[in-house]
Amino acid sequence: MADPRIIVVGAGPAGTRAVETLVAAGLRPTVIDEAPRSGGQIYRRQPANFTRSHEILYGAEAAKARALHETFDALAQYVDYRPETLAWAVKGGLVHIQKDLRVEALAYDALLIASGATDRLMPLPGWTFPGCYSLGAAQIALKAQGCAIGEKVVFLGTGPLLHLVAWQYLKAGNPPAAVLDTSSVAHNLQGLPLMMARPGQLLKGARFMAALQRAGVPVLRGVEPLAVLGSGETGVTGVDFRDANGQERQIDCNALGMGYHLRAESQLADLAGCAFAFDENVRQWLPDIDAMGRSSVANVYLAGDGVRILGADGAEAAGALAAHALLSDIGRPLPLEQTRRLQRQLARHARFARGIAKAFPWPWQQVASLPDATLVCRCEAVTAGELRGAVQAMHAPEVNRAKAFSRVGMGRCQGRFCGLASQEIVAAARNAPVSASGRLRGQAPVKPLPVAVTQDDAHG
Amino acid sequence: MQARFVRLSEQDRQPVMLTIDGAPVEALEGDVLLTVLMLNTGFARVSEFGDGRRAGFCMMGACQDCWVWTEDGGRLRACSTPVSEGLALRTSAPEGLWPIPA
Repeated sequence: MADPRIIVVGAGPAGTRAVETLVAAGLRPTVIDEAPRSGGQIYRRQPANFTRSHEILYGAEAAKARALHETFDALAQYVDYRPETLAWAVKGGLVHIQKDLRVEALAYDALLIASGATDRLMPLPGWTFPGCYSLGAAQIALKAQGCAIGEKVVFLGTGPLLHLVAWQYLKAGNPPAAVLDTSSVAHNLQGLPLMMARPGQLLKGARFMAALQRAGVPVLRGVEPLAVLGSGETGVTGVDFRDANGQERQIDCNALGMGYHLRAESQLADLAGCAFAFDENVRQWLPDIDAMGRSSVANVYLAGDGVRILGADGAEAAGALAAHALLSDIGRPLPLEQTRRLQRQLARHARFARGIAKAFPWPWQQVASLPDATLVCRCEAVTAGELRGAVQAMHAPEVNRAKAFSRVGMGRCQGRFCGLASQEIVAAARNAPVSASGRLRGQAPVKPLPVAVTQDDAHG
Repeated sequence: MQARFVRLSEQDRQPVMLTIDGAPVEALEGDVLLTVLMLNTGFARVSEFGDGRRAGFCMMGACQDCWVWTEDGGRLRACSTPVSEGLALRTSAPEGLWPIPA
């Protein structure tokens, strides 16, 4: 029998460890990755002519980043590696890909999707003003471009990335003007017992916060963001918020980095037909997987932050595990001891992640009560009021109908940045739980394709 | 509008010349277009919906809020396109573009 055709989507921590496992079993998978170089987002590599060391770029995670990069580089000769390539649809046993102006459809016997995550965002009045970025963007500017997003930056939101990015800016010589965290110390304490699953990680987070405070960066907890100040013409000039005492306050800045932990990039799993379930803990719909990373579709495997937000270490374990599941399903022996070890690691990461969700909760009540004038959908400029109108006047029973009526989530980003907020707003307008308000369905192409693309007929 | 990004490191790179809305701009090899825009004009495009200027958001090719034009009517996603010598960028659609040339 010919070697099975295996496609791995993504070359971040999960994708790299999956590929490593598959290659070790003698297989030669095709690896599709959007980035020019492997590493994913958190271990994203700088351009080839940049010279900073792994230690400067990745700090305490330098050894992990280096190991992951070196592992992938050593594997590249054994795989059909397709960098700068978008997997834009999965249908009928084919992965549809695009590079530059060429599209191709690749058949597979097994597909492993490790598509990662993007920032979860709460819209705010003014969040489209120039100078407003996601926390991920603020970090990419620093790591991959050697730039700060502004000279005077406020970081706003919650989650591990908030304090990490603020600390990275401090360390890079551009101390933030302030860190505004929607979570309170009481929330943090609620998450603490579960976060003890990874004491080292917990300690790192505490060190970031302590370093920021030592450097005199104001770190405010329990805030309620109200608006980005400035205009669409002048850009960001500040941020308006209510502090923990209920006092309205403003801080001047010329850039804002915002984010509320992460959301899974699950569109490809959706297009592949995988079943989803609502996860109350993170208030997101996520693809169903078994303890190994098998989806509900027989030959589709899911790993990393694209299916469970466990962070980079969890993604490495999940990637290896999903590859073992795939190998076992095609008749290769399952290394029992290694599998159990990976599952134990994953269980610890999952426990820690439940702690993170409690410690830095998605402020869904604030999202649900955003003022009517707030632009929720950046792409189509749809306001919270228009979205509520779709529910109240037009009786949309869930988000996909609300999308049809209001165009929320219909734009070029396909709801990546407004989808979760829209679900909360629709749920509140219906006075129903968010789990009963549906999720925006994935649509192909998952990202825009140039109109001039042509099919490559030479490839079968 | 003002420049917003600040270079903190990696400044010893080859210069690359391009234009933004006709004005010459010096970038460094390895910069992506969004970086150059935010070091100079401070925005990338104008919203189709009258809410003002936009300057990208996610910098990882997900939000699609940083698509810019080239003088000859091409479209580029600014956060994922590296600079190249002689590139002529526009923050709005060039005049007389429609119908789009084949």
